[in-house]
Amino acid sequence: MSIYFTKDHEWININQKEGVVGISSHAASQLGDVVFVELPEIGKTLESGEELAVVESVKAASEVYSPVSGKVLSVNKELEENPQIVNESPFEDGWFVKISISDLNELKGLMNQDEYNVYCDES
Amino acid sequence: MRYLPLDNKDRSQMLGAIGVKDIEDLFECIPKQARSSELFDLPCHKPESEVEKYMIRLSDKSINASSVPFFCGAGAYKHHVPSSVDHLIQRSEFLTAYTPYQPEISQGTLQVLFEFQSQVAILTGMEVANASMYDGSTACAEAVVMAKRVTKKHKAIIAPGLHPHYSLATKTLASSVDIDVCVLDSEISSDYEVIDLINDETACIVVQSPNVFGEIVDLTPIAEKAHQHKALLIAVFTEPVALGLIKPPGEQGADIVVGEGQGIGVGLNFGGPHVGLFACNKKLVRQMPGRICGETIDADGNRAFVLTLSTREQHIRRDKATSNICTNSGLCCLAFSIHMSLLGGKGLRKLAILNHEKANLLAARIDKINGAKVLNSSFFNEFAVELDKCAEDVVDSLASKNILGGVPFSRLNKAGAKDILLICATEIVDQHDIDTLCSALEEELR
Repeated sequence: MSIYFTKDHEWININQKEGVVGISSHAASQLGDVVFVELPEIGKTLESGEELAVVESVKAASEVYSPVSGKVLSVNKELEENPQIVNESPFEDGWFVKISISDLNELKGLMNQDEYNVYCDES
Repeated sequence: MRYLPLDNKDRSQMLGAIGVKDIEDLFECIPKQARSSELFDLPCHKPESEVEKYMIRLSDKSINASSVPFFCGAGAYKHHVPSSVDHLIQRSEFLTAYTPYQPEISQGTLQVLFEFQSQVAILTGMEVANASMYDGSTACAEAVVMAKRVTKKHKAIIAPGLHPHYSLATKTLASSVDIDVCVLDSEISSDYEVIDLINDETACIVVQSPNVFGEIVDLTPIAEKAHQHKALLIAVFTEPVALGLIKPPGEQGADIVVGEGQGIGVGLNFGGPHVGLFACNKKLVRQMPGRICGETIDADGNRAFVLTLSTREQHIRRDKATSNICTNSGLCCLAFSIHMSLLGGKGLRKLAILNHEKANLLAARIDKINGAKVLNSSFFNEFAVELDKCAEDVVDSLASKNILGGVPFSRLNKAGAKDILLICATEIVDQHDIDTLCSALEEELR
């Protein structure tokens, strides 16, 4: 398993040709208390950078973009009832969707953990 | 003194800063033929007394709806609005700014919005309602766009009985957001034909009941077919008083209910401002356009009201907002809410029964007139009459006798039948009015 990050603060945790996607703790704390997450339909095909979900907090509503191209395999139903787990556990229980990755080469354009930490410190 | 703080020097400095020579350069994107080079030929200013005299003379050219037998409906209804409504809407508690984003200074307005929403939800039989839209037609158009957001499908079917103006407003908005609208030709009681048109591509079906001809439509079979194909049923009404007697659309399977609220608390107002009502199922609330007021508690634990779900709105979500409506019909919705509170549930039902009785009386009389035939198999307080003559001619001739005898259907839909007259009787109609209309109609059709 290896984790990658986008400049828009999504993370993707890779297991062979599948990836679990969520938003980083940095993103979650910037958003504030998450009150609603709108998830895609299972089976939806996504381009890299396409809107994957909408996360709504008490002060903003933001789009979550897909880090890679692929197809939605499953969504985190738990977020419908308990959206606050995005704040409580952004990297574990607060995941958004699981996708099958169509081209692993796309991961090369993403940041690893260390690069992402530097990116957050700089911005 | 002219209230223009800038002189020519200021102007040329500002124009220089943005790199244009002349104010005219700013209008270059507008085609020349669409611009007028000459000033409008306006008359000179007049003293207030003369303006008043002029306006009164102008208004005397119209027939005052309150002083003659009045039978027009078709989307705007003349009901008695108690004078207490006009008095109460002017109270200082409601004089807060109409955009109540600051709850600490807007509790009066916010509490009214909350109560208004509760009334609309009960009236329509739905779980949630918003703080109102501009009017019934724009509420209808917004509902169709909302259905596209919810279903992610692009086809809307409009039933034949939808008010033609609502149909036009919906088509206008839909054309700019990639929705195909299928409108069936208007004919009485053919609304059930939409059932055969529903398929998996359908995002929504728009059905009005009572429809523009006054006919009451059973929404249940249409809802069933819609839901089989994951489409939404949008129920529309133009006369809110009808909901005092008719089964709420929410109980007939509607997913979104929209309509005109003018009939309660608001006068005819020359066709506007009116107040659009908008309600839906709770699970669709995040796709609902417009503002919503919610109940909460303040820092001291007291009941308080705030605008909620604002993140869906334009000032936060920009181009991803559910709608470009950033406001509501504040004053009309206040009047609606106060009149509804004065009526109460039982009062509304009594008012609705009174309307229906008056309309029954009138329909029975008109149906006996040679050359006039009531087309409806059911109605609330308005119905369609087929005449032996052109309905517009008959209405004009009645107007010359100081009778406002209804709305020709062809006035709403130019391509529509010329011989259909829409006639409405609310509680304000009395026996003398009915006698006057019927004997004049008899004369016209002789």
